[in-house]
Amino acid sequence: MTLHLENPAAASSAQTTTAPAPARRRPSARTGLWLTALPLVLVLGWALFPGLFTTADPIAGVGAEKFLAPSAEHWFGTDHLGRDIYARVVHGTSQTLLTAGLAVLIGLIAGTVIGLVAATAGRVADAATMRLVDVLLAVPGFLISLIVVTAFEPGPISLGVGVGIASIASFARVVRSEVLRVRNLDFVEAAFLSGGTYRSVVLRHILPNATGPVLSLLAVDLGAAILAISGLGFLGFGAPPPTPEWGLLISEGRQYLGSAWWMTSLPGLIIVAAVVLLAAFGRQLLKIFRF
Amino acid sequence: MGRYVAQRIGQALLVIWLAYTVIFLAVQLLPSDPVTIFLSTDSAVDQATIDNMKRQYGYDQPLLVQYLAQLGGLFTGDVGYSLASGEPVALRISGVVGSTIALALSAFATAVVLALAVVVVATLTRSALLRKVVLNLPPLFAAVPVFWLGLVLLELLSIRWGVMSLFPDGSFLSLAVPVFVLGVHVSAPIAQVLLKSIDTVYNQPFIDVLRAKGASASWIFFRHALKNAGGPAMTITGITVGTLLAGSVITETVFARSGLGAVVLQAVTTQDVPLVQGLVLLTASVFVAVNLAVDLLYPLLDPRILKSNGQGSPRALAV
Repeated sequence: MTLHLENPAAASSAQTTTAPAPARRRPSARTGLWLTALPLVLVLGWALFPGLFTTADPIAGVGAEKFLAPSAEHWFGTDHLGRDIYARVVHGTSQTLLTAGLAVLIGLIAGTVIGLVAATAGRVADAATMRLVDVLLAVPGFLISLIVVTAFEPGPISLGVGVGIASIASFARVVRSEVLRVRNLDFVEAAFLSGGTYRSVVLRHILPNATGPVLSLLAVDLGAAILAISGLGFLGFGAPPPTPEWGLLISEGRQYLGSAWWMTSLPGLIIVAAVVLLAAFGRQLLKIFRF
Repeated sequence: MGRYVAQRIGQALLVIWLAYTVIFLAVQLLPSDPVTIFLSTDSAVDQATIDNMKRQYGYDQPLLVQYLAQLGGLFTGDVGYSLASGEPVALRISGVVGSTIALALSAFATAVVLALAVVVVATLTRSALLRKVVLNLPPLFAAVPVFWLGLVLLELLSIRWGVMSLFPDGSFLSLAVPVFVLGVHVSAPIAQVLLKSIDTVYNQPFIDVLRAKGASASWIFFRHALKNAGGPAMTITGITVGTLLAGSVITETVFARSGLGAVVLQAVTTQDVPLVQGLVLLTASVFVAVNLAVDLLYPLLDPRILKSNGQGSPRALAV
């Protein structure tokens, strides 16, 4: 009863107080989204078509051009083998993004399944899955990645799997709370009343309406995965040396800290920029989806 | 109150037991047993050596026996033996953990100070520009890789300006810089949660009442808002334990400090499964213990938690 009394009041107050807001807020939210999305599209371009952005070879160096400081010709300078660092960053993007993408995909799929089961399959299932999530939360993601890397050979795939397993918990929690929110809305009840089965209602009505915050988490988590992967790559658990990878680039530059500051500083700035942009993009998405 | 405490302790024990079981099962899912994996990097190794070593470490026993024996060992502080050195894992860890704990604790204190500074400036400043700048700091801090910030500071301070040595020599800077690097990283989530909960508090009517009664902005902030917003921040603090540990390992590597980081790296590169297993178990226990402490202290800060439905963990409020 109280629910029915509250609803119209909430609706009308929302109308009176926030009525002018959409007109003002919408365009700015959209601009913010585009402002963060455009540089991210550039990074995606690096990953997909690195040849369009640089002509230098990322693997073979020019012997005469060792340790050149950043210049118009070599934007990020060159390294100990005379390789162009900007070219290595651009070519390394696909390696970093693929590993991070694998991680996020694992987190998303497993997390969505666990969250859905927890929120829709009854109290026992909820308690059981959430304790499992507690366990995942209790072991730091960094260590989960390390276990996987220890057990299988260090390399991009085991790295992606490890970081992915570590991100399952956050996806499971967000999906669960979103599904719980949507499940109690009137239209879901209506869908059940008009003869929908558990499967059809969950897939057709609940899941699509719970995607906003999950998409936002996806962007933020991709940034977190890039950070985790570059950290583990820095420690030497990722792709083996000749491959350009963001974390590995910095770790290679570490030996030449005294003679070539650009080998560590500039690739690191790209990581910072990518992670900041992904987090901002995630926040913008959340703003747009949460009316 | 008693019910709440019992519930929290029971839940913590359950999570540790589950973590132990999951890790044990995960080890069984490996392509082969830990000894074979460990020796796989050796070129010349015969089956007899493998069998012999398996027997020594108990990996030839039936699974259930292994599970119960290792579980029993937990209560006596025995978490297995390192395959590489043959030392007990607990000894291997306790020998070096001191400097890591010192680093982590000082970094944590730095992080709290940084987060408070961000929140105080963002709330009390009258300059909109300054507020905007400060509000963008936590997302930036969260995005800066620990190893990168460490290397950049190392380059500037010891190579360019020569005020700090490249290796730890006990001087003030060689202690303060790693602490600062790790502290910056950990301050980000604390500041973000604190900002959010301060925001929630400022939207409550009692703040308006205080203003109407003539309280100054700083009085409201320090005497009322901060106290009420402290709970969620304390909760996120418990969750940063994992970040602190991962950050410590990387910081120690960058600054060539001895500590848990070196052990972790060695354990992973030599594929020493029992050592990694022990490290994970200990970390999980520390994480659970710290969060249990936070949960138990929470009602002292905010007694409302006891009146809410009773089963809700404070952690649910933080998110």
